Amino acid sequence: MSLRLGAYESVIGLEVHAELLTASKIFCGCSAAFGAPPNQHTCSVCLGMPGMLPVLNRRVVEFAVRAGLATHCRIAPVSRWARKNYFYPDLCKGYQISQYELPICEAGWIDVPLEGGAKRVRLTRIHMEEDTGKNIHDAHGGGSLVDFNRSGVPLLEIVSEPDLTWPAEAGAYLRTLRSILQYLQICDGNMEEGSFRCDANCSVRPRGATALGTKVEIKNMNSFRAVERAIAYELERQVRVLEEGGTLVQETRLWDPDREETRPMRSKESAHDYRYFPDPDLPPLALPASFVEDVRRTLPELPDARRARFVSALGLPDYDAEVLTARRDLADYFEAVVAAHPNAKAASNWVMGDILRLVREQRLDDAPTITRWPVTAAHLGALIALIDGGTISGKIAKTVFEDMLGSGDAPAEIVERRGLVQVSDEGPIVAAIDRVLAANATKVEEYRGGKDKLFGFFVGQVMKATGGKANPGLVNDLLKRKLAG
Amino acid sequence: MLNDLTIATAAKRLRRGELSAVDLTRAALDRIAATDLALNAFLTVTADAALAAAAAADAALKRGVGVGPLTGIPIAIKDVIATKGVRTTAASKILDGFVPSYDATVTSRLKDAGAVIVGKVNCDEFAMGSSNENSAYGVTRNPWDLARVPGGSSGGSAASVAAGQALAALGTDTGGSIRLPAAYTGIVGLKPTYGRVSRFGVIAYASSLDQVGPLARDVTDAALLLGVLAGHDPRDSTSVDRPVPDYAAAIAGGVAGAHSLRVALPREYFGAGLQPEVERAVRAAADVLRDAGAVLHEASLPHTEYGVACYYVLAPAEASSNLARYDGIRYGLRAPSAASLLDLYRDTREAGFGREVKRRIMLGTYVLSSGYYDAYYLKAQKVRTLIRRDFERVFADADVIVTPVAPTTAFRIGEKATDPLAMYLSDVLTIGVNLAGLPAIVAPCGRDASGLPIGLQIVGPPFGEEIVLRAARAFEAATDWHALRPPDVAGREAPP
Repeated sequence: MSLRLGAYESVIGLEVHAELLTASKIFCGCSAAFGAPPNQHTCSVCLGMPGMLPVLNRRVVEFAVRAGLATHCRIAPVSRWARKNYFYPDLCKGYQISQYELPICEAGWIDVPLEGGAKRVRLTRIHMEEDTGKNIHDAHGGGSLVDFNRSGVPLLEIVSEPDLTWPAEAGAYLRTLRSILQYLQICDGNMEEGSFRCDANCSVRPRGATALGTKVEIKNMNSFRAVERAIAYELERQVRVLEEGGTLVQETRLWDPDREETRPMRSKESAHDYRYFPDPDLPPLALPASFVEDVRRTLPELPDARRARFVSALGLPDYDAEVLTARRDLADYFEAVVAAHPNAKAASNWVMGDILRLVREQRLDDAPTITRWPVTAAHLGALIALIDGGTISGKIAKTVFEDMLGSGDAPAEIVERRGLVQVSDEGPIVAAIDRVLAANATKVEEYRGGKDKLFGFFVGQVMKATGGKANPGLVNDLLKRKLAG
Repeated sequence: MLNDLTIATAAKRLRRGELSAVDLTRAALDRIAATDLALNAFLTVTADAALAAAAAADAALKRGVGVGPLTGIPIAIKDVIATKGVRTTAASKILDGFVPSYDATVTSRLKDAGAVIVGKVNCDEFAMGSSNENSAYGVTRNPWDLARVPGGSSGGSAASVAAGQALAALGTDTGGSIRLPAAYTGIVGLKPTYGRVSRFGVIAYASSLDQVGPLARDVTDAALLLGVLAGHDPRDSTSVDRPVPDYAAAIAGGVAGAHSLRVALPREYFGAGLQPEVERAVRAAADVLRDAGAVLHEASLPHTEYGVACYYVLAPAEASSNLARYDGIRYGLRAPSAASLLDLYRDTREAGFGREVKRRIMLGTYVLSSGYYDAYYLKAQKVRTLIRRDFERVFADADVIVTPVAPTTAFRIGEKATDPLAMYLSDVLTIGVNLAGLPAIVAPCGRDASGLPIGLQIVGPPFGEEIVLRAARAFEAATDWHALRPPDVAGREAPP
């Protein structure tokens, strides 16, 4: 994607809303699961009935601290809850409980891998808040309905500094951030279901200027691709306006994926004054250092560390390690294959080759987490073990693999059922060689007369005669001896 | 008469079998029927449920199992407190017909203790007011003089107890809403320490100030009720996890409870504007305590004069947010056939809220607005801290602080209704206690020339309910003010 920014340069900052994978909601005991029939996961608290009060789900705090530690944030010993006040039918209390002045995490960073090397992107803050319900329009005879299942589902809002320049960097940042949250097992990262949402703040300024230009916020982007395209569109639009002598207004614009453009959502005149103030229903959140340390101890290995370990401990090339650790589920699968049979490079070749190809073909990676693999890690490990143990050749292994995909059987069973065990007895191989040489006397003469290239032909004939089961190394040795004979 | 019994006496007779809960409840219901045309204390009378609960209480008393401290005792509940299956309106049109599917924690605690709930009582709309004139369902009248207000916002609670419609009632106190009506109607009212009693299920006015407490005939009953209401509630994050002391034991000493009690009299609470009879009665009450062995000294709460201003920034700020949920979308009133979402909000809230509620929503919205937050809300929070520190300093040398409750006795209906500032000043002597989160009790200590009751306020340090109860009981044991009852208004109608 090439951008036409002329004499301008772009500045991008991103706000991510990540829905947390807690079992229950942030301030009540209702299920936080996605996809139930409307208003099934609700109670008096998350419906904002009169007199109801919030009680904090400690798990949400733990998840927020996990995210903060994994992104090198400072964890606030005391943070505070605030009310963000505005009217909307999906906001049942008329305010959203969020954090404002004192968020739980501040001043972090993540390293985003880019083609020219990693770029460090700073995080301004991470704070906890409750999600709203969802308005459903025109579903029943033109009226609007509200589904409050999502009301009170816990969210982390993760705000970056305006450290990003290009749409592709924004995409890479989001992928990296999502991968971290997935590694932490606190968010499933599903953009389409809205469990990982992104708003982008974009501005342009004359090249080399230090002051920031007028900021425009873009909303309604539900894929990484949409984020990149929306930002690209918006940056070019801003440059166009400036080049035509116009001025930009600070506003919120919506991305229209069908028309591939951004459009103003609300004008400045009706901009909200959210009247933030500390929520009197929730005491300040004090986190003892021991709590933070306990969370730190339970942090899983993060992508950076895992990539390094795949290189140093498993001896994988950098490229393999990078591909395999990009997703936690993929890295977990790969490690399970290695656990079944310790040949990391062979496992890497199979996973990065046939497995990833099939995952993409079968669109198994559309789900936020791949739970169904073309073959199980145990079976793939067993297949590699059969090759390494000399039971089957690499060529036969492809046949066995194809069978595994269809039958789901263990590779050893398939080899047995189909009689694919590699022949390593000299007797039958010698017999086959003799038959092949006898049937091709002319070619034998030509070979002996110096036409070395014919060796491959003889190997192929012998393999064919043995149904592909002959041990290729043995065939080579014996054939050389016979032809020399 | 049955209606004049205290809880302690009634409970004793019920246990001895000298009295049945059904008879006691019938007496209360009859009394409501006879007097409420004049008083307008009840918004909802739950006669059938009350008689059923009374019958169950009698069965329990007969078996001698499942008898709680309030078994068979008729009690009224302020209509800002949720009662499962019983209309709960907060005296507002916007919640007309609203029936909660849950009990407030204090409601469950009353029921678990065996209480018979006779109904829901009137108050200022969303507990915003000092006279009960802000109810959408008409003013409650003071049984001592039907032309006068019972005080607010728990005016229905106070009137019902004073007039014998219930043996006790629950009220809420955000700026004096239990204490002022208790003083105006000559009964005992207790506002506990913030966090002592759960707010779960209590319709919020100003969350950092609201607290539920009892209104009762005497200090002993107030202590008994507090024992039932107090305690940690995991459903209210501001409720404090702290053991509940034996309040009955705290008052067992009677007059002797005043012995060597250090009593502070803050000079700012005896300043200009105080009705002379009120000052005389409260100083005389302090002397009663001194005569019983207490040690009096003058003290100062220098930031008192900023209390009302501070309160009228913070409480409306919280209220503007707390009342945002009444939007016509999910429950309560909805304006018919609105053309747009904005119209729906505007029409619903225009029709559903009364003048004072709108005034406070506007005030609160203003002080939280961008550009004004620091000047008003933040400044008021700082003032609140100074007021709290004032009290801390006085309690370094005092066990309790004794003050008047209000500058005057009950005023006439309509007298201040058109002057909000004059109305706000009725709370000048009670608001500091809420801002500091302290416990305070009010007990009758005299009558003015018109025969209207005068109240005495005794304030304690945080979680000092035992000491304020002890001091109040000592005073009560040495005097007869608590035995006075208002004239019978049975069969009378409200004056025009």
